Amino acid sequence: MAGKTLFDKIFDAHIVREQDDGTVLLYIDRHLVHEVTSPQAFEGLRMAGRQPWRAGAMLAVPDHNVPTTNRLRGIDDLVSREQVETLDRNCAEFGVQEFHMNDKRQGIVHVIGPEEGFTLPGTTIVCGDSHTSTHGAFGALAFGIGTSEVEHVMATQTLLQKRAKTMQIRVDGKLGVGVTAKDVVLAIIGKIGTAGGTGYAIEFAGEAIESLSIEGRMSVCNMAIEGGARAGMIAVDEKTIDYFRGRPFAPQGALFEQAAADWRTLKSDPDAVFDKIVVLDAATIEPQVSWGTSPEMVVPITAKVPDPAHEPDPVKADGMRKALAYMGLTANTPIEQIAIDKVFIGSCTNARIEDLRAAAAVVGTGKVAGNVTLAMVVPGSGLVREQAELEGLDKIFIAAGFEWREPGCSMCLAMNADRLAPGERCASTSNRNFEGRQGQGGRTHLVSPAMAAAAAIAGHFVDVRHSSFEG
Amino acid sequence: MQAFSTFTGIVAPLDRANVDTDAIIPKQYLKSIKRSGFGPNAFDDWRYLEPGEPGMDHSLRTKNPEFILNQAPYDQASILLARNNFGCGSSREHAVWALTDFGFKVVIASSFADIFFNNSFKTGLLPIALPEAVVDQLFRDVAADKGYQLTVDLPHQVLKKPNGETIAFEVDSFRKHCLINGLDDIGLTLQHADDIHAYEARRRQTAPWLFLDQASRT
Ligand code: SF4
Repeated sequence: MAGKTLFDKIFDAHIVREQDDGTVLLYIDRHLVHEVTSPQAFEGLRMAGRQPWRAGAMLAVPDHNVPTTNRLRGIDDLVSREQVETLDRNCAEFGVQEFHMNDKRQGIVHVIGPEEGFTLPGTTIVCGDSHTSTHGAFGALAFGIGTSEVEHVMATQTLLQKRAKTMQIRVDGKLGVGVTAKDVVLAIIGKIGTAGGTGYAIEFAGEAIESLSIEGRMSVCNMAIEGGARAGMIAVDEKTIDYFRGRPFAPQGALFEQAAADWRTLKSDPDAVFDKIVVLDAATIEPQVSWGTSPEMVVPITAKVPDPAHEPDPVKADGMRKALAYMGLTANTPIEQIAIDKVFIGSCTNARIEDLRAAAAVVGTGKVAGNVTLAMVVPGSGLVREQAELEGLDKIFIAAGFEWREPGCSMCLAMNADRLAPGERCASTSNRNFEGRQGQGGRTHLVSPAMAAAAAIAGHFVDVRHSSFEG
Repeated sequence: MQAFSTFTGIVAPLDRANVDTDAIIPKQYLKSIKRSGFGPNAFDDWRYLEPGEPGMDHSLRTKNPEFILNQAPYDQASILLARNNFGCGSSREHAVWALTDFGFKVVIASSFADIFFNNSFKTGLLPIALPEAVVDQLFRDVAADKGYQLTVDLPHQVLKKPNGETIAFEVDSFRKHCLINGLDDIGLTLQHADDIHAYEARRRQTAPWLFLDQASRT
């Protein structure tokens, strides 16, 4: 019999029961909750007179609606405020631990889960949020669910699931200097397309993935959903295990070592069979910039805006034309000639300490270009912010003309006050460039933190491999 | 959940691939803590000419006459026809709520994003994936016949065209059973509470570090 994939190992370990048609009742170890997708689920519990099955398996945090300035004053937007207060009330009523808006540990749900050791290897982790795939970076099975399923997990600690197909995406070889995890995942999505992973759990592997830091691995798994896969995952190694030592929710002492022994088995067997294998050569990956309104519309910084006239598939060509019109771009324009209005460094893709370090290193003593009206850095959590301040990164950003904000989702989806005006063009380290994502009519270009910082200083996209602003 | 019965409805063609959930229901409406009332804001950015915010009287906003769902008879449509990867992006179930609140009972596309697909069944919206060539033909049919209608027969898993032709479709048997009977998943799962307890008891032995929280409900 062939060996097991990492996905199969975790899935099998969580089967409560299996129906004849292959539908599995899957046990859920960890449930992260935020204010946007939970109110109707709590309300459902209340209406049915149910209690959470295991409130201690939940951790809640408000992140989407919170302001990133002047937070002690509270939330100005009444509707946003009501949603955050509803979360507070629900958590108090149902005994769910919550990091409140002004708690130092507050942050984007996918940043604080690992940071607190709430996320652990080998677990099943869900959240009413598609970027739950992030937590797969630790050898966990993590995926986003809708509000009805949020209620289902609250009430039963399980989900009804079918086994996903498995895909291995291997990135062989070494990445070039200036090429980051974000570029890797954008290049992968450019290759497989936004529906390429539909129905699959993706395991990222290969030398280039193994050599990524934990933060980089999170960026890659974070965007698995942009490739259509609900779950992205990476095998456990010693980097993974070391990451959890001393984290508040992680086991300590002898129990940690017992857990670690188990975690070391969390990798696909050498003879495991995947339903699909995709291979990329790390050496060919360049810094990436998205040009359109879907994450698959991405090209290397050295390229030009693609021309729909060269696209043989009429549906695709039509999609490209619509995207160019929305983005206000002309086909065949070199990417480096695209000027930007705003810069956003943040989101659950790229707002961890390593991301801020990478951006600050590029900024150096440079200044934000005159045509850039707003450049902002929004740390992923209060603890990331604190660490960055300890290292003096905030001073580098502020001296350059960036705004240094408080943690939250912010302009990743513009549910709070941070947003693009119609027609504004943004270099963004977030994960989605959909129409209106960062504000109605706003134009998003997805890039790595280093590329966003370089663009902020230059006022247009530049190849971070050749740009030096020091001096 | 309401039981899903056989019906005949108008098909609205939305000729786009990768229709994402941000487009189906823009983020500002996710601030609602309710489960209903999203219909007027389905496809908000495409549907109205000026920006919208929660709490507005949306009937007073200017509708974009070019947008298909603003044109009669498609404003009465109950079947939405679109291209591949429908519902990609965020997990927001509000996207399904917005579509059902608008009046849609079925979405036909050549493929769906996983989370949207899952969410649909939970709210009584039936997503039907058909081969690209079949979807292409349906787009042609609809273009040739304004107000084109299809009959959706879930028990027999067929779509019936006005000319009597039928198109068979796949649907997971358990989900079909739940839809037709309007069953609540949670109630069904809780019938297996003993199995869940037994699983937890086993896991506490093999992986005690996962149970550092207070005891689960007994
Ligand atoms: S940062 Fe963006 S993608 Fe991540 S959870 Fe928040 S809104 Fe979603």
